[in-house]
Amino acid sequence: MSGAGNRENVFATRMSLANTKQRLKGAQTGHSLLAKKRDALTTRFRAILRKVDEAKRKMGRVMQVASFSMAEVTYATGDIAYLVQEQAKLATFRVKTRQENVSGVVLPAFEVDHFNLTGLGRGGQQILKAKEVYAKALETLVELASLQTAFTILDEVIRATNRRVNAIEHVVIPRLENTIKYILSELDEMDREEFFRLKKVQAKKKRDNAIRQEAEDARKLAEEHTAVDTALETEPVGEERSTDLLRSKDEDVIF
Amino acid sequence: MASSTSFKDRNLIAVIGDEDSITGLLLAGIGHVNEQQKKNFLVVDSKTPVATIEATFLEYTERKDIAILLINQHIAEKIRPTVDKYQQAFPTLLEIPSKDHPYDPSKDSILKRVQKLFGE
Repeated sequence: MSGAGNRENVFATRMSLANTKQRLKGAQTGHSLLAKKRDALTTRFRAILRKVDEAKRKMGRVMQVASFSMAEVTYATGDIAYLVQEQAKLATFRVKTRQENVSGVVLPAFEVDHFNLTGLGRGGQQILKAKEVYAKALETLVELASLQTAFTILDEVIRATNRRVNAIEHVVIPRLENTIKYILSELDEMDREEFFRLKKVQAKKKRDNAIRQEAEDARKLAEEHTAVDTALETEPVGEERSTDLLRSKDEDVIF
Repeated sequence: MASSTSFKDRNLIAVIGDEDSITGLLLAGIGHVNEQQKKNFLVVDSKTPVATIEATFLEYTERKDIAILLINQHIAEKIRPTVDKYQQAFPTLLEIPSKDHPYDPSKDSILKRVQKLFGE
């Protein structure tokens, strides 16, 4: 019962009982809070999951369109790959990150940060079109990337939260409950012992008192007896003598 | 988990892909060459050794200024174990389709996880 199961190593006192009870309460509050957090995260996670799935499929289509426009460029102008690669010096298409907070979890979200240089670009119509199409495709990709990042982070956080919830539910709370049970049973045991001891002491006292009383009674009785006896024995003797001496009339004395 | 400060200065998009994908993405303006003359894109063709792809992949995932890493799916396929092992949040890894290799959702490392989670 009390010894069974995992429990903390504490002395069974009222103090530690109060402490443990408080900790159990804390653990229960923490458990419910964490469970709520997990639920909130999971809701978010499910929504993101669906979006990720959609966005991935959308990306497939968008990239196909982009590839097609690239093919048009190649058809119209010939191979520009080398030129384009050599010209790339400074990124004009960048991303900005901002944070979003979901129940204490920081989720980054990417935003397109594009210096729009349309019109400054060189090249023919097809190239301009390809540029636009690719910029659009990139926007989709960036959106997808932020979804995916959120997905990865949330996945990790949910796992951690789940671990904590389970640990509290299956380890910490039973442990504290066992400790409380143990302390209670020990305290009860102590109470019973104390009660029994008091009873014992009382009984012994009663007995002792009875004996003492008896002895006292006996002594008193004996004292009385002796007093009477001595009175009977000594007094009359002395008095008798004295009285006798005074009272008795000796025929020989003539006064 | 990435701390809140670490993704502040990440603003580049890196690509590992075939010539056409790279050209298109560069046209959109993602190309960047930093002070050490390091490019943020790698053109992969049939002659590129797998070791180079893998080294570049690792380099891009280590770099602190890259927010998103795009990789063509058929190239990711070549270094699949490395890609599947990659679990970090930053930079975000995105597998994109290429011209001659249409997109196959069942191979995507993230979608695989999505499927697994939905399958439960």
